[in-house]
Amino acid sequence: MTLLDFARGPAMQIAIIIFVVGIVWRLVGVWALPKKKDLSEPRQKGAWVGGLKGLFVHAWPYKPFVPKVGAQYIIGYIIHLGLFIVLIFGTPHMLFFADIVGFTWWTLPGGVITAVAVVTTLALFVALIRRLVNPVHRLISNFDDYATWFVTTAPFVTGLMTTMNMWPDYETGLAIHLLSVWLLLIYFPFGKLMHSFWFVVSRYTTGSRFARRGGMA
Amino acid sequence: MKEHDLTLGEELRRQGISRRSFLKFCAGVASSMAIPAAMVPAMAESLAQARRQPAIMMAYQECTGCLESLTRSFAPTVENLIFNFISLDFQHALQAASGDQAVDAIKTSMKENWGKYLLLVDGSIPLNDDGIYSVSHGQSHLDSLRELAEGAAAIVSIGTCASYGGIGAASPNPTGAVGVDQIITDKPILNVPGCPPMPEVMTGVYTSFLAFGALPEVDSLKRPKAFFGDTIHDRCYRRTFYDQGKFADSFDDEGARNGWCLYKLGCKGPITHNACATLKFNEGVSWPIQSGHGCIGCSEPNFWDKEGFYKPLSAGQWGSAEGIAAAAAAGVALGAASAVMSRRNQNKISGGK
Repeated sequence: MTLLDFARGPAMQIAIIIFVVGIVWRLVGVWALPKKKDLSEPRQKGAWVGGLKGLFVHAWPYKPFVPKVGAQYIIGYIIHLGLFIVLIFGTPHMLFFADIVGFTWWTLPGGVITAVAVVTTLALFVALIRRLVNPVHRLISNFDDYATWFVTTAPFVTGLMTTMNMWPDYETGLAIHLLSVWLLLIYFPFGKLMHSFWFVVSRYTTGSRFARRGGMA
Repeated sequence: MKEHDLTLGEELRRQGISRRSFLKFCAGVASSMAIPAAMVPAMAESLAQARRQPAIMMAYQECTGCLESLTRSFAPTVENLIFNFISLDFQHALQAASGDQAVDAIKTSMKENWGKYLLLVDGSIPLNDDGIYSVSHGQSHLDSLRELAEGAAAIVSIGTCASYGGIGAASPNPTGAVGVDQIITDKPILNVPGCPPMPEVMTGVYTSFLAFGALPEVDSLKRPKAFFGDTIHDRCYRRTFYDQGKFADSFDDEGARNGWCLYKLGCKGPITHNACATLKFNEGVSWPIQSGHGCIGCSEPNFWDKEGFYKPLSAGQWGSAEGIAAAAAAGVALGAASAVMSRRNQNKISGGK
């Protein structure tokens, strides 16, 4: 079995199984917890409007904070949008998902995907440098932050190297790229990458809770 | 002078091949094998002095497609004459002799050319049950290979079966088929994989052996680097469409008619090392991708077992979806257990309030 066969076969299967176990474990584990009791009479019963509003209000910082954290948000958006575009609209990636969901969709030319990947990778490095340079950021960063950065950046770097034929041979590059993605999947449920699932839940919960207390609506 | 005693130069002159044509041929082979142009005169000189090379070609667990490719693709050119210059002492499909006479031909050649003959092997060799699944003239091919390899100067495995086991070794591999280099480890071995292999590669290999007395430089899979150094994808004329994101989605859509990239239709070009994209088959007429079908990766080990020729390369090899369903169920169980424990802890802390 070659490294590529291992990456496309057993490594992928193991990574996906760990990913699914971990994600379902955490989602069920949190959703099955008791709901927080209201400490005063709720102003609204369901408060779903407040919940939905919470999703969007927190998508951009409160105005007075913009000069301080605006750049951080912009870098975050570049990384997340870049990740989304490369993952969904790169032809080889689309074909990977199409094999699972059973249908294909429109993709972007390879050159555009490469350009987006380069910008995203640069943004990831800028984010890391800012974290290392800023003493407050550095102080509140732990292993999880750096591990999350590493497993997110590695697929971009290995993918670009594979596209640009920078490995001794393409198959090894492709195998390393795939393995880097499986590493991301394995780490995903157990670290801060879980925010991909939690950000919607937590923003909605915060928004609706505020609404029940009389705000946000 | 006997025909057998002539040098290659003398033989070619006898057949009316001019020195100019011979040099052109040498330059062509040198260029296809990335040999520096300055080496061409020396190569021509050495090649012209070469004497008839004895060769024994054994067909083991095979379909004769490799032989068809090698013998049917040549017009009467210098390459053809050079191939005629091989003293092919045994090849069961080509020779008139059969039975004891044919076996005697092998024995005689082995005796007369011990340590000097080239052993050309076509087909895989079964190992299970002492190789009983493939037998000729009462001898298993496993024993035959071991015996012939002992007196060979070098071995050339022709085709994917002889190189890596090929279809004989495809899952579930009932005969335990393997390639030559998994049995013989103490001889120079060259693999020329492909289903079928490219005749021009054999020309290059044979010319190089005659001129330099050694097999050409090889990669980690013992394939001549000069021909197997690049992937099909690197040299494919449809590569530009891959870069532009223009793909055929089916074999009869607009993309297919426009000759766009076949990646989505399962082309294995990016992971396949071979020279089809540059040399093509049938004297440069065409090759699979030019005729509208993706590369199936036939010169790579285990290409039969890579989950289908029409599945895109980036699609994973799923095995079964049951594992994922079981994983989700395990996740629910773990999540529920975690929640129960958390609730207990919360109750303990809050005193049940």
